[in-house]
Amino acid sequence: MTGRVELWLYIAQRLSAMVLAPLVLLHLATIVYAIRGGLSASEILSRTQGSILWAGFYGLFVVAAAIHGTIGLRVILREMTPWRGKSLNVAAIGFCLVVLFLGFRAVEAVT
Amino acid sequence: MEDSSGAGNELTFEVWRGGDDGHFATYTVPHQDKQTVLDAVTYIQRRLDPSLSYRFACRIGMCGSCAMMVNGAPRWTCRTNAARIAKDRKIRLAPLRNLPVVKDLVTDMTVFFEKWQKASGTFVPSDPGAAEFASVPPESKERKAASAGIECIGCGVCYAACDVVKWNPDYLGPAQLNRAWTLVNDVRDADRKGHLAAVAVDAGCHACHSHQNCTTYCPKGLNPTESIAGLKRATVSAALKGDL
Repeated sequence: MTGRVELWLYIAQRLSAMVLAPLVLLHLATIVYAIRGGLSASEILSRTQGSILWAGFYGLFVVAAAIHGTIGLRVILREMTPWRGKSLNVAAIGFCLVVLFLGFRAVEAVT
Repeated sequence: MEDSSGAGNELTFEVWRGGDDGHFATYTVPHQDKQTVLDAVTYIQRRLDPSLSYRFACRIGMCGSCAMMVNGAPRWTCRTNAARIAKDRKIRLAPLRNLPVVKDLVTDMTVFFEKWQKASGTFVPSDPGAAEFASVPPESKERKAASAGIECIGCGVCYAACDVVKWNPDYLGPAQLNRAWTLVNDVRDADRKGHLAAVAVDAGCHACHSHQNCTTYCPKGLNPTESIAGLKRATVSAALKGDL
């Protein structure tokens, strides 16, 4: 059973990467565009506040990053440290929830 | 051809002696034309120190038993030209990495072959009583994929080269997964699902980072990384179809 977990984590890692790739590019392009002619909080908020599109964009970003980062971090810890087993899985899920919480709090704040 | 490198001169060999907590001992070996590293080890054992332990059988690159670390890289010593591999006329020999040392240059290959079993590296005949030879079109995709990986001699060079094995001793290993991939593509095999299930485990094919050390050092020129990538695709496809 644990073996299938690894297989599904592998699939989730690849799928979240596929989602992240275009989002990161769009995010970077937006930064380059937004910074032209100076950058201010009010300018950013005027663009993002009340926008379902931006809320959806960054909401998806947060979910994909939380999944992708958690799986990657778990793999690194399993390979580089002796930490394995249930406690690591619980810690990984905890990390994922923290990223989701912080991410959605940020999304909520700007939209 | 390679004689300008100094036939008639001497080569210095630093050879691992003892078990895991051993040390390097230095031997001076007269260099001869076309001398292999294995020739030099044999010279040391027969002329300088009969207590040296090492492993070999065929001496012609077929059996896969003489692999060692040569100047830090895993190689089949029977097909490695001593003068060509020497650095400042020195060669450092150690037992294969990632395997327990029995003594000197001899490693315990038990775990290597146990993982071969774990990765379901055994052919399962679909028609054991067949009187006729199975007909497998040479140009078929499966036959080509199987052919690409079938010439493995089980020398353990890829296993010693693999960093994932180093980091995760449970990882099945490149040779083992390569073998599984040849069976997944063997149309005569009756248990494709069983082979896929055996490698889609914790520390199975998905643990591979595609560093390609196995492919770089494989003395037979095989590409275990490509085989493992095939297993990743096949297992994902099976899982998405609900077959795994």
